[in-house]
Amino acid sequence: MNGIEHLPPWAAVLTAVFLLTGAAVTLIGSLGLLRLGTFYERVHAPTLGTTLGTVFIAAASMVCFSVLESRAVLHEILIVVLGAVTTPIALTVLVGAARFRDTAERAQLGEPVGRALPHAAPGDASAGKAD
Amino acid sequence: MTRLLPFPIVSSCLLALWLLLNQAVTFGHILLGCLVALVGGRILTVLEIPSVRVRRPGVIMRLLARVTVDIVRSNLAVGRIVLGFGRWQRAPGFVEIPLDMRAPYGLASLACIITSTPGTLWVNFDAQRGALTIHVLDLVDEEEWIRTIKDRYERHLLEIFE
Repeated sequence: MNGIEHLPPWAAVLTAVFLLTGAAVTLIGSLGLLRLGTFYERVHAPTLGTTLGTVFIAAASMVCFSVLESRAVLHEILIVVLGAVTTPIALTVLVGAARFRDTAERAQLGEPVGRALPHAAPGDASAGKAD
Repeated sequence: MTRLLPFPIVSSCLLALWLLLNQAVTFGHILLGCLVALVGGRILTVLEIPSVRVRRPGVIMRLLARVTVDIVRSNLAVGRIVLGFGRWQRAPGFVEIPLDMRAPYGLASLACIITSTPGTLWVNFDAQRGALTIHVLDLVDEEEWIRTIKDRYERHLLEIFE
């Protein structure tokens, strides 16, 4: 295996573009975690990093090491696939917990639990508390 | 067949995982991978999970392509929302969708699709009423979301799992 300085220019550019795009997408997702108002909105943001962000970073790694080792390096695909399958589980459990808490709080306050859904408007206090 | 390979799909995935991890398709690794696949499949029987029947591989491929396109599109949409471009007025909200699907693996796949797509989130599924609740980051038209989920995803998943 060669060192990084043996990477031909086209591969270096491709790797850099993929890496920066992936990092930017992940950064935007993390920024969303900070900027969005309620818990239910915030859960949407990290999926940017786990989908497109991971895909681009894995692609950068595949290009870089495939060229350096002059053979197809493909095991980054596993990161993308396993990440795509497992993140929704964690997020769904988080949202389920938040929803459970909201429903319990509403029942305690004596509010009607009819549809059992907190209608989270931006800045809604009861939904924002869930995080 | 069923005794030796109770979960053929899981076992073949394990074999593929083994070969990918080792970055080699040699006779020795295929043999080791088959061992991992057989043992892994047998261990799953301890959990007593329902066996899965998957049909229509063509539909699976079409659904995967569609989900990929949707994920890229909603990545851009959510990115725009986070950065504050576009309409400032944004109404996040819950949508209740009546589902026809009851197959557990179909529902699990739908949960993965909905949650890993930025902008939509699986919140709750009421098994008695068959009602799915999702949270949408930018809710413009409730009816349109119900149509989208039912036509784009559920119809195909029904073909695959039921």
